[in-house]
Amino acid sequence: MQGLLAWVPLLPLIGFLLLVAIPLFYSKEPSEKFVTAIGVGSVGISALLTAIVATTVFWQNPGEVVNIALWQWMLVDNLELGFNFHVDWLTLVMLMIITGVGFLIHLYSAGYMREDPDFRRYFAYLNLFVCAMLILVMADNLVLLYLGWEGVGLCSYLLIGFWYKNPANGAAAQKAFIVTRIGDTAMAIGLFLLFFEFSTLNIPQLISAADSSGANSQIITVATLLLLGGAVGKSAQLPLQTWLPDAMAGPTPVSALIHAATMVTAGVYLIARMHPLYMLSETAMTAVAVVGALTLLLAGFSAIAQSDIKRVLAYSTISQIGYMFLALGVGAWSGAIFHLMTHAFFKALLFLSAGSVILSLHHEQNIFTMGGLYRRIPFTFICFAIGCACLAALPFTSGFYSKDQILLRAWEFHDGFNSLWLAGILGALVTGIYSFRVLFLVFAGSEGSSSSHCKDANNTVMRVPLAILATLALFGGMLAPPLQSVFGTQTWEHPAAWVEGVAIAMPLIGLVIAWGLSRQQQKTGEKRSPIMQFWFSGWGFDWLYENLLAKPFRNLARLNHKDIIDSIYKGTAAFSQQLNSLLSSSQNGQIRWYLATFAAGSILFLALLVAL
Amino acid sequence: MPFETAPGLEAGVLLASILFCLGLAGLMMRRNIIFMLMCVEICTNAAALMFVVAGAHWGNADGQVMFVFVVTLAAAEVAIALALVLQFYHRKHTVDIDQLNELRG
Amino acid sequence: MNFVFYLTAAIAIISTIMVIFHKNAVHALLYLVTSLLAVAVIFYQFGAPLAAALEVIIYAGAIMVLIIFVIMMLNQGDSTVVQEQAWLQPTTWVGPAILSALLLVQLILLVSSGQISSTQTFHYIGPKQVGIALFSHYVLAVELASMLLLAGLVGAFHLARRRKIDQGDSNNAI
Repeated sequence: MQGLLAWVPLLPLIGFLLLVAIPLFYSKEPSEKFVTAIGVGSVGISALLTAIVATTVFWQNPGEVVNIALWQWMLVDNLELGFNFHVDWLTLVMLMIITGVGFLIHLYSAGYMREDPDFRRYFAYLNLFVCAMLILVMADNLVLLYLGWEGVGLCSYLLIGFWYKNPANGAAAQKAFIVTRIGDTAMAIGLFLLFFEFSTLNIPQLISAADSSGANSQIITVATLLLLGGAVGKSAQLPLQTWLPDAMAGPTPVSALIHAATMVTAGVYLIARMHPLYMLSETAMTAVAVVGALTLLLAGFSAIAQSDIKRVLAYSTISQIGYMFLALGVGAWSGAIFHLMTHAFFKALLFLSAGSVILSLHHEQNIFTMGGLYRRIPFTFICFAIGCACLAALPFTSGFYSKDQILLRAWEFHDGFNSLWLAGILGALVTGIYSFRVLFLVFAGSEGSSSSHCKDANNTVMRVPLAILATLALFGGMLAPPLQSVFGTQTWEHPAAWVEGVAIAMPLIGLVIAWGLSRQQQKTGEKRSPIMQFWFSGWGFDWLYENLLAKPFRNLARLNHKDIIDSIYKGTAAFSQQLNSLLSSSQNGQIRWYLATFAAGSILFLALLVAL
Repeated sequence: MPFETAPGLEAGVLLASILFCLGLAGLMMRRNIIFMLMCVEICTNAAALMFVVAGAHWGNADGQVMFVFVVTLAAAEVAIALALVLQFYHRKHTVDIDQLNELRG
Repeated sequence: MNFVFYLTAAIAIISTIMVIFHKNAVHALLYLVTSLLAVAVIFYQFGAPLAAALEVIIYAGAIMVLIIFVIMMLNQGDSTVVQEQAWLQPTTWVGPAILSALLLVQLILLVSSGQISSTQTFHYIGPKQVGIALFSHYVLAVELASMLLLAGLVGAFHLARRRKIDQGDSNNAI
């Protein structure tokens, strides 16, 4: 039974290879049905296998840990790395999200991407992504994790720039790749540091070594901060969050799978996986919490000002991952993973139903041209509304349970009222505002300019995943995973009732504000006040980075256009060329000149003879 | 048998040197290939004179033997050189040695 | 007898100077013949009658005739004198003259440095002695010289053949 787990990442890889290798065997492009069978089928079987293993092996025994050693990867001195998988409940939750939600999104993609000329390429990338993501979460050592980490980065790059004929998409892909590269570099340095200190990169060994040695806490602080750097890059947190809104250039199901449900949460997974190390360093914990709190607020306010439906969702993703970081920073490990799971459900649902809206409106994404769509596409409206309710954490939706856990823990962690909790509460209000604002602007009110030619684009393969995800989003709150075996049993007494009350009230207040805001904005249209413009631009981070980093660098590059170091070598070459032309000018083909030099030479030697 | 009629060895060597240098100067300053050939003959002749004078001074036949060889060499050289001059003139329609500069660097 | 030597030496030098500065090729050639004849006289004075005879017969005779034939074959006409005038500007000959003068000075220095004994005795060496030396001790060199002459003959014949320019060697001579 446990051996089946090895097939989970292998099947998408096989699917990818098959899709890539098809042109070797058939001269013409295979039919969409065939591609769908391979692309969706491989992930579907993976999901099935995961479910089987989960029910047969893990369900009875929450403390179960499965280790699968496939083969040795590298052996250098005392560095021994294998292609080994380590599966515990934390991994299992991730596996179920990746294969389960991934399968649903694959299924939806089959409908969404129909009649795209690059249908096969799309599914090949998507399968490769699933494989890399599974390797990331199943790896038992940090280098294998890093392999998956880079693999998902690559697939993210490929899929953001999927419609590569538009240069803007290529630029967005490059931005995502380069910005995450900064974080990845920090993470790589962190790995070196950990190996230097503990001589192992195997995660369980690393954790026990760090626990038992009582090692140099400064080294651990630095290493965990560097790992946080990697997580910040991948999960689009402050200050590396700028790539995610632009990453919406990719197809919408890609945004759902990679830039909402799975890849961007890899940072959360990394920190949760390495949590014993973080617990050793108070500085690192605080840093994680502060990054999360600041990000959730910044991104939340930005989301209020956006006019592109996908960018609203992108900023909300950043904001929700900020919540997860906040949870990690206050030690609510299982809360963070729980929120990761519910977020995967409702954000995938939101993105997929946004995709349906976009497809129904013939690729219109501006919410100010929409409005009153609830009559035309009621099914999509219901799904989107459920998603928004969960996102805003209305009571009894899945988002409510997970977010509540985080807020209470934030209260608890610092013994009562504190700024982290305040940020979370304020964020809950902001979340309510932006999620319902977009819902009202798109579906309620009077019809906008593009609403009139709306045509329901949903077909069966799109409806089924939407319905399943809507169900999961609504009732996912009851599926809190038993993570005690991984994170230890965490109990805390319930805080005062008013704290709960505030947490429940905030989204409702947000809903009311959003109603007023959307009424007003539908009248005024897309005009923004200066503060809204500032939020719209994402707090000016792009402008800041452009002027602070990109421009000076470009100027430096322009300054060094001729490469100062190169001039040494060019100088050598020029010198020898000068020497050559000097000598070759003496070879002028004039016999009388040769004769004269011959005579001069004779005179010279005779002079020596006379002189001596 | 001493031969009393001649001046000193130095005078002979001096004459050979003067003739050689004149030939060399001519070789360098003339552009006409015919003149250059003549100058080469002057140089060879000066060298031959040197052999004969030295042979006479030391009283053995080697000097004149070498003279015979020098003459042989000059004859062969002139034959080849004149054939080359004919080809050169035939191709370039000039006797200017400076036109033969195609082997330049 | 020294007077005769200095006279012939003067004639040799002057006629050689005329060779290298003369504009007309045929005149220059006549001066060269004069110079060679003067050298032949000097050979005689140094007790080398065979060398003197060969100088006259082969150098002044055969080789000069060969050159004069070529001058005739080229047949450049009167324009050559003007052309030579143009080519022999002072700027052209000053440099070589200086070089040669330097060389001569050095040679004179070497000769007069006293390393050579200045005995005035010379030995008469007749054709018989030369012939004996040639065909006994130097017989191999004589054979080589004959090979050289043969090679010169073949080479001269091959090179002097007129071919059509820009076509292969297979074309026939005219």
